[in-house]
Amino acid sequence: MADGGGVTALPGGDRFRAIMVAIVPEAAALSEDEWRNAASIIARAIAMRPPGVRRQLGVFVRALDVVAFVRHGRSLRGLSAAERTALLESLSRSRVLALRRGVWGVRTLAFMGYYARPEASRALGYRASAAGWAARRAPSASQ
Amino acid sequence: MIERDYDIVIIGSGAGGGTVAQALGGLVADGRRILVLEQGGRLADHEFTGNELDMSDALYEDAGGFLTADGTMTLAFGRVYGGSTVVYTGTSLVAPRRVIERWKVPGLAHADIEERSRRYMVENNVHLLPDEELNDNNRLFVEGCERAGYHAEQFPLNVRGCRGSSLCNLGCPNRAKMGTNRVQLPAAERMGVEVVTRAEALRIEDRVVVARVRERAAGEKGAASEWQPGDYRIRAGIVVCAGGSVGTSALLLRSGLARAVPRLGEGFTCHPAHILVAEHPRAITNDVGHPKSFYLDRAEEEGFVLETCMYFPFVTAKNLTGFGASHSALMRAFPRLQMILVLACDRAVRGNRVAVNAAGRPVVHYRFTNEVITSLVRATRASARIFFAAGAERVHAPSADPPLLDRSAQDGLDTLISERHFQSGRISISAAHLMGGCGMGRSARDSVTDSWGRVHGVPWLRVADSSLFPDALEINPYVTVMALADRTAQAVRADARELLGGRVAPITA
Repeated sequence: MADGGGVTALPGGDRFRAIMVAIVPEAAALSEDEWRNAASIIARAIAMRPPGVRRQLGVFVRALDVVAFVRHGRSLRGLSAAERTALLESLSRSRVLALRRGVWGVRTLAFMGYYARPEASRALGYRASAAGWAARRAPSASQ
Repeated sequence: MIERDYDIVIIGSGAGGGTVAQALGGLVADGRRILVLEQGGRLADHEFTGNELDMSDALYEDAGGFLTADGTMTLAFGRVYGGSTVVYTGTSLVAPRRVIERWKVPGLAHADIEERSRRYMVENNVHLLPDEELNDNNRLFVEGCERAGYHAEQFPLNVRGCRGSSLCNLGCPNRAKMGTNRVQLPAAERMGVEVVTRAEALRIEDRVVVARVRERAAGEKGAASEWQPGDYRIRAGIVVCAGGSVGTSALLLRSGLARAVPRLGEGFTCHPAHILVAEHPRAITNDVGHPKSFYLDRAEEEGFVLETCMYFPFVTAKNLTGFGASHSALMRAFPRLQMILVLACDRAVRGNRVAVNAAGRPVVHYRFTNEVITSLVRATRASARIFFAAGAERVHAPSADPPLLDRSAQDGLDTLISERHFQSGRISISAAHLMGGCGMGRSARDSVTDSWGRVHGVPWLRVADSSLFPDALEINPYVTVMALADRTAQAVRADARELLGGRVAPITA
């Protein structure tokens, strides 16, 4: 299935979806279309990063699989969402800066893929618009 | 390589470049040719959509994701016609006397900075917003400060016809913010100054700027460049660098100027900042109205400044510590969130500097000193007190573990929020007040320029941006940048006869 340069361009490929669900639990409910949209946002952001950063992200995501196997005997995708969250949480507290940075990097991308979608913003109740106060004070405006 | 000839080339179009362009615009009537090179694009009014992702891509360097060398801090700076004045919130303050005096720059007096600052504040329609335009996010900050024993002050803002979109950091969609893209650059262009966008200055040689004009990519916001894409060799009698702390420092470094001015790139400061949020029991107006109307200045006493703020969903998510269910729960409370931006007043220290990599791209080395960490922790404690005093039920404090504190934690804030929980690379830290790299001073032994922006030993080369700051300013910097750029322009006019030859307009302060 074509993904518009999205999923296949993600660091670690489809592994990233498993990471994203661990970071934003609501991402588990994304439809395939919504997931492809999120993936394309992330892929575009990655494409704008320097090559060194892109390499580091790819290596980090693949390394997560190794860590998952060492700790749980299963790949990252074989873990439950709670186990994946716990694994990432432990790495985010590592004494090794590179590991903390790695988690920070993938969580940033996951948040971007999920929350930068206008439908996700609306679902949160975010309503900023160019009309500003006029939109809120209009008789038809409702909370 | 296409050849061009100008009398004066200004690199950058933000608070510094825009100011210089306007201040020198009168020279065009005397036959001088003046050019402004801007790396970013020139957006049409309808292209300011407020969409978080699209506008970040269009307005910010690296789409707002420029990281320091060790990846522990994000630096935000504009790359568009108008530079960072397109993406700031328009908060307009005069530099504190204590800061200018502490800088100890020979020939730089606070009274001079103040006079020039006030002139540009008038030009930019700086004023206080009326009460009816203040949102709950700002009111709660004021109330919380009062109850917690602090005194919040209102930010003077440079807006005209603000509709309260709250989208300042994504470029005002209503043309209300009086950045250089709305005031100084159009004035300069009316006087005949040429502005070329999508033009990156690659390096500076002896009275020459080598620049590359980019093609507008498919789907990219903004007009095509005024020049054909390609590489240009632009001869100029005077070159004024105004690409900002990172941009100017990197340009001069890759041009080999460090041989003349060894301090080039040193003295980088940036007011490292956290975004703090707190959850109220009811919805508040936070995503409507000007986002940054009040501040609490504790710079002199405790090394921090608190400012009201409001960010967009992705930026907010990124700046909360952690992830998973608890993070999601806080995000779902978005309409009930109050936000405070805490800024540490850092100091120029050895090692914090702008450098360039092998490809000539900027690399910013920054280490959080113990003083900065302590300032951020103190600021977080103060913010937590203010949030709770304003009625918040839960406070998200990055320097606490776990970061979510409920009201029962109020008595233990000093121990719960602590330096021991400050872990760089785990906590999101960002900065938008990028300063230093071409600091002013006495000679090349201690600085890069004099107090008029003249690069030591290179009379035709000038600087007019926040890279001139020899140390942190401790307030939002754009007005001071304009004041210093005004001085740079004055010195250019004074030196123009000698450097350019022929008749020039008389010097006016």
